[in-house]
Amino acid sequence: MASAAGAAPLADVDTSTVSGRKRGRTGYLLLLPAAVWLGIFFVVPFYSLVATSLFDPSGSDSRGYDMTYHVANYWHVFQDYRGPLLRSLWYGALATAFCLLLGYVLAYAIAFKAGRWKNLMLVLVIAPFFTSFLVRTLSWKLILADDGFVVNTLQAVHVLGSDGRLLATPVAVVAGLTYNFLPFMVLPLFASIDKIDHRLIEAAGDLYANPITGFFKVTWPLSLPGVVSGTLLTFIPAAGDYINAQLLGSPNQRMVGSVIQSLFTDANNYPAAGALSMILMIIIVAMVLFYVRRAGTEELL
Amino acid sequence: MSQVAEAPASRDPDELADPASYDGLALRRLTKHFGAFHAVRELDLDVPRGSFFALLGPSGCGKTTTLRMAAGLETPSSGTITLAGKDITYAKPYQRPVNTVFQNYALFPHLDIYENVAFGLRRRKQKDVDAQVRDMLELVELSSQARKKPTQLSGGQQQRVALARALINSPEVLLLDEPLGALDLKLRRSMQIEIKRIQTEVGRTFIHVTHDQEEAMTMADTVAVMNAGVIEQMGAPAELYENPRSTFVANFLGQSNLIEGTVKSRAADVVTVDMHGVDVSVPASRAHTDGDQGWIGIRPEKVLIGEVGEELDAPGNTIPGGVVSDVSFVGVSTQYLVRMPWGQELQVFSQNTGRHRLFATGDEVELSWRPEYAFLLDAAQDASAGAQRMDADG
Repeated sequence: MASAAGAAPLADVDTSTVSGRKRGRTGYLLLLPAAVWLGIFFVVPFYSLVATSLFDPSGSDSRGYDMTYHVANYWHVFQDYRGPLLRSLWYGALATAFCLLLGYVLAYAIAFKAGRWKNLMLVLVIAPFFTSFLVRTLSWKLILADDGFVVNTLQAVHVLGSDGRLLATPVAVVAGLTYNFLPFMVLPLFASIDKIDHRLIEAAGDLYANPITGFFKVTWPLSLPGVVSGTLLTFIPAAGDYINAQLLGSPNQRMVGSVIQSLFTDANNYPAAGALSMILMIIIVAMVLFYVRRAGTEELL
Repeated sequence: MSQVAEAPASRDPDELADPASYDGLALRRLTKHFGAFHAVRELDLDVPRGSFFALLGPSGCGKTTTLRMAAGLETPSSGTITLAGKDITYAKPYQRPVNTVFQNYALFPHLDIYENVAFGLRRRKQKDVDAQVRDMLELVELSSQARKKPTQLSGGQQQRVALARALINSPEVLLLDEPLGALDLKLRRSMQIEIKRIQTEVGRTFIHVTHDQEEAMTMADTVAVMNAGVIEQMGAPAELYENPRSTFVANFLGQSNLIEGTVKSRAADVVTVDMHGVDVSVPASRAHTDGDQGWIGIRPEKVLIGEVGEELDAPGNTIPGGVVSDVSFVGVSTQYLVRMPWGQELQVFSQNTGRHRLFATGDEVELSWRPEYAFLLDAAQDASAGAQRMDADG
């Protein structure tokens, strides 16, 4: 793959020198709409967020905020909200792990075993998006309700105590997160697994790998690009999610997303909310960079 | 196609070895159907240990399916496969001492050449993997490429990696599924010699599946010609070429002139056939029909061409009245098409020895051949069966 990428620019040089200037200008013109879009909807808000996170926390809506480069905001919110912050990362990681487990099996089945049902199954994976995220999360309240089928069954087999419940527990929040972000895991995994040449798996079998070894030596490494993009697409939004914790959890399961939301909308503590958002973002970006570096799949992303 | 299925069995069942004591690969009444389509029908085949065996046939004849059943990648619908006396019909691919060189090589793209070759050894937890891999890379002359990824190698190099990766496991049988199909002609020729060299060196059983008759004949000790799920004929390349038993083999392996004839008399060692008014004789051992009608076959290079009335060095079958209708000069030889009195055009390949002048279109000529080169085939068979490759190989 690296060789193909290396060869392509060489081939381009010849053609681009012929009509280099004209091409260059057309390229920039084509970039313009996207650049404007990014400028208005990413750079400006991002600047505003960074600025807000550094405002003097003693300001208020009525008196206005002063820009005092108050870096201590970061330290304060970290101390105050360390619990929800770490909990978010933990719930996000758990949900990602469950999504990977369920999603891999599903994507594998769709790619290799579904045959002519492949397209239908893919549509079914995406189908939940046709209804609202909120409605789907609320319906989990019914599924996990205190006298619902699931809880009653678990009580009957003594997995849960007689007064045990699922709602307002971490189980409910992680289950909700797993459910809501599963498609984000399945689709990139499917794209990756579907590309694997079935003859490679046959070759592994021919070379004395039993199906399990063959999976871990051939299928899994070849699907890594999908695993990396799937886990990123799942973990990032799951760690920042606030709906599941709010609807399915209790204040004890508060995630950092709900904290930020309430700081912004209820407490009107903009500097704290901004600083907390920045901390979440920095942590996630750092983790992603480390993860991608470790997985060694930069060129595959 | 029905006449093909009714073709005389290429081998007598009595000739088959007892699978339990046979040390090679034995297929017995092996059948595979996909739904209503029969890919392989009741195939009986013995592949002797240490031989270079070719399964030759047009695409869709069932040769690859047969190979995949031997590898364990397809489960037979019925029949048995035994290897060195052991029944492996239903053994998993990773449990049988058989390795495959896949048509597209199927090298693992995420592993380098060294790890690709070491794959089988590592799975079987072998010792001294490093030494074995180095030896094998030496054998296929790829030692300097050990740390490259498959995509960085050329087609011929990838082919050799695929061979090394399979061979390093010292399989009882190595299966090669059209391994040279993706290479260009020149590389293919050199790889044919290379693979033959390696086979002689390691002395293992190789089963080579191909649709290229020239490849099969140059590489293999034994060729089995397969058509529509059955083996038409099996034998040494020269035997198959010189004495084909069906029109399919006659046409698929090289080219043949097939001329209608009526059997006039049968003696102990010779059959006399009336061929459009000319009596020609065919040795009884080369007559593969019991009927009154038959196809007289003669290879184009066995036909001699001469002036009208000229004494040709072929006593016996002389056919007058030909008119040259096409001449292709190819340097070492000249290929003529000669229209015969009964309207058929016969092919004649004439070596350019300089003893004869070149004939021109429209010249009147006489054809002749030695009776021992002619063969007689069943008239019920399609005279053009297997002839689709004529142009490609001409």
